[in-house]
Amino acid sequence: MKILINGRAVTAFNGETVLTAARRAGVEIPTLCHHEAVEDSGACRLCMVEIREAGWDEDWTKLVTACLFPVQEGLVVQTDSPEVRRTRKEILELLLARSPEAEPVRVLAAEYGVELSPYPEREDAELPNCILCGICTRVCQALVTGAITMSERGPDKTVGPPFGEATDVCIGCLACASSCPTDAIPVEDTGTTRTIWGRTFDLVPCAICGAPTGTRDQIDWLVKKTGRAAADFEICVACKTKATGEAWHRISW
Amino acid sequence: MKIANLKEFEVLRADAEAAQKKIRKKILVCCGTGCLAAGSGKVAAALRAELDRKGLDVDVGLKMNETGCRGLCELGPLVTFEPSGIFYKSVKASDVAEIVEKTIERDEAIPRLLYRDKASKQRVETYEEIPFYKSQTRWALRNVGLLDPKDITEYIGSGGFTALAKALATMTPEEVLGEVETAKLRGRGGGGFDAGRKWRSCANAKEDERYLVCNGDEGDPGAFMDRTIMEGDPYGVIEGMVIAAYAIGAKEGFIYVRQEYPLAVRHLDAALGNMRGLGLLGETILGTEFCFDIRIARGGGAFVCGESSALMRSIEGKVGEPRAKYIHGTAKGLYDKPTVLNNVETFVNIPLILEKGGAWFASTGTERSKGTKAFSLVGKVQNTGLVEVPMGTSLREIIFDIGGGVPKGRTFKAVQTGGPSGGCLPASHLDTRVDFDTLTEAGSMMGSGGMIVMDDRTCMVDVARYFTKFLVNESCGKCVPCREGLQQMLRLLTEICEGAGTLRHLEQIEGLAHVLEKGSLCALGKSAANPVTSTLRYFRDEYLEHIEGKKCSAGVCRALCRFEIDEEKCTGCTLCTSVCPTACIAGEKKTPHEIDQEACIQCGSCFDVCSFNAIRIL
Repeated sequence: MKILINGRAVTAFNGETVLTAARRAGVEIPTLCHHEAVEDSGACRLCMVEIREAGWDEDWTKLVTACLFPVQEGLVVQTDSPEVRRTRKEILELLLARSPEAEPVRVLAAEYGVELSPYPEREDAELPNCILCGICTRVCQALVTGAITMSERGPDKTVGPPFGEATDVCIGCLACASSCPTDAIPVEDTGTTRTIWGRTFDLVPCAICGAPTGTRDQIDWLVKKTGRAAADFEICVACKTKATGEAWHRISW
Repeated sequence: MKIANLKEFEVLRADAEAAQKKIRKKILVCCGTGCLAAGSGKVAAALRAELDRKGLDVDVGLKMNETGCRGLCELGPLVTFEPSGIFYKSVKASDVAEIVEKTIERDEAIPRLLYRDKASKQRVETYEEIPFYKSQTRWALRNVGLLDPKDITEYIGSGGFTALAKALATMTPEEVLGEVETAKLRGRGGGGFDAGRKWRSCANAKEDERYLVCNGDEGDPGAFMDRTIMEGDPYGVIEGMVIAAYAIGAKEGFIYVRQEYPLAVRHLDAALGNMRGLGLLGETILGTEFCFDIRIARGGGAFVCGESSALMRSIEGKVGEPRAKYIHGTAKGLYDKPTVLNNVETFVNIPLILEKGGAWFASTGTERSKGTKAFSLVGKVQNTGLVEVPMGTSLREIIFDIGGGVPKGRTFKAVQTGGPSGGCLPASHLDTRVDFDTLTEAGSMMGSGGMIVMDDRTCMVDVARYFTKFLVNESCGKCVPCREGLQQMLRLLTEICEGAGTLRHLEQIEGLAHVLEKGSLCALGKSAANPVTSTLRYFRDEYLEHIEGKKCSAGVCRALCRFEIDEEKCTGCTLCTSVCPTACIAGEKKTPHEIDQEACIQCGSCFDVCSFNAIRIL
């Protein structure tokens, strides 16, 4: 189907969202809680766009989140209208007060003309850069073990293992920290151990070069999940790449 | 015994009706949560014991019902007698012996227990003569306060399940849908969405597995319509649900009740059990091919779980956070299956619509809001309690005719409708007719039916702050505008109440109202600015008084008011000294008193008790 984005006809497919169609067409829409690997949640509200559905009055529009709104025939989308810019700016002002040091928030806010939030900055935050986008919890839930979750609500909302206590469910894989857009999750790697979410894990050295691979728990989990031998995972990425390259060499074409 | 077919149901119904006719006298002891709190449980127990002692056989000709809420909660415990209609208020266990002797045995009224009309100062014998009841149209509350909520035979004998039998025996699901569409019934939970339309879009869904959900998570401060209906007429609600399930083709249903409503859960649970026992719920209902069962899901006490998509997540065992509704619940609801979710009051209207016809239902009300609406009338009003009126009744009629107006000595200032996300309307809007659209146009909303009356001792900035605080605590925190914006809004309002407000505060508040309305994910956030925007719209002067004049003339914001005694008016009656919590009022009897401003905490207790208007708010 064709939809109209900023006056330009764009191809879209049934079942996909405005964000997907727009990005494919090269139209930039800012997001902070969107991650390709997991379902969208619509938490950050930055991807708001102004839409008009087929059959609506000419002057009737609505703000929706592009990451969740399904495309439909005859949809007209404005990604940068004054109303969209105003709402995004107001959201960024609020996010900047929450996490003034978070880099992507600062960069986006600056794009919308906000250098300093008009609201007082939050103090005493446990995870100051955390904007509660929920990517970490969604990633952990969907791809790994579901060790962390959102807890509490409203102003007290926070992310972490249940009751904020160290949990055996966490395997220290860093899926959460590496997908975090604001680097909000503290991780301490010493070379032989890794500490995250209140637990310290042993890092398994690479069988070939000795560099740390994953945590023991992570490898155990992978073994259980794939049914392969632990040795397959006790090799670091660099050595694995090298080994694969050499294997390709041996193939006679 | 399971009813095997419709013929058997007719026999059972005839028996139940005959049994009802044999009852010559009924004693209705209100055992709604309000009256129970006032001690009606003890009254009921004492009555039973006294009837037993006197050998008045409860089963023959005399029936005592522990009923649901009778509405006039302020005056509980309430006891009513049928058919005489004699109505007693504030009954105590110690009154019971006299009641049995005079009223039950001799049909004689006991004057001191009768209601006293506030205008005429006359005692009124029957409840029909009380203005509070006289002006009501009780459709959704038709059984509440009359029937024993646990007694299924009494429900059947009073015409219960005839609508269900009619639907299953003589109507196709399509015909049931058509009747509800003709009734133009709009959802009573707050959104006011056309129930027939919702049902139809679910009935048209491609998937066969469908769910029906009843929302009993009523969480608005001061609202208790749904609780009362679930407690007082559980069969009515469930009958409505079974009919709805038949219309949309659902096999499984849920009633989501909040944890704080234990009595409702008990009565619903008992009703579900009794209905299953008779074959009115479960497999092959009334011997037809239609199967449907209901489970009770108990909420954990989160206000946001009253939002339909959050409620469904909660039933699924997930965190109760709303989802975007770009795809409706009727297409992808509970467990991602087509789902119809309606409120308690919506369902209880269904049997009535089927029995009397959609056209009959639609003949009452306004152009776009049909039928009646139950309101919990609370706050600064003489008769607090539960009232039900036709759509289109004016606020004035509800507050002044039924509610009896604000208590003596004070004047009406505003009425808050629609729960925490509703708005406050001033006296100039008292003639507004309550229906979904006019209330929204006026800047408030119907909501689920909370109605809080405020007098001139209410500070509107403080009211906005109160509701905003409620919403800050109840926001799920998923989306940025609601989580972050409401916190900032509350801070700004608190600063205004504490005397640190500037005009810049108002600008920021208006900006936050915009981002909340446009940017929030769910209806909670989208409407969360309503308390602030509606008070700003109608009571802007009061905000400016706080900001520019550093004064709160309602005498609520402690930093901005001071209480002083007018020497000329003070008679030295000492009443104020007896209520002052900090003992900061000094003076001899019969000589003017004085307030020690250093020790005064501006609670206003002295102002509220003074009969001589001798205390001024400065």
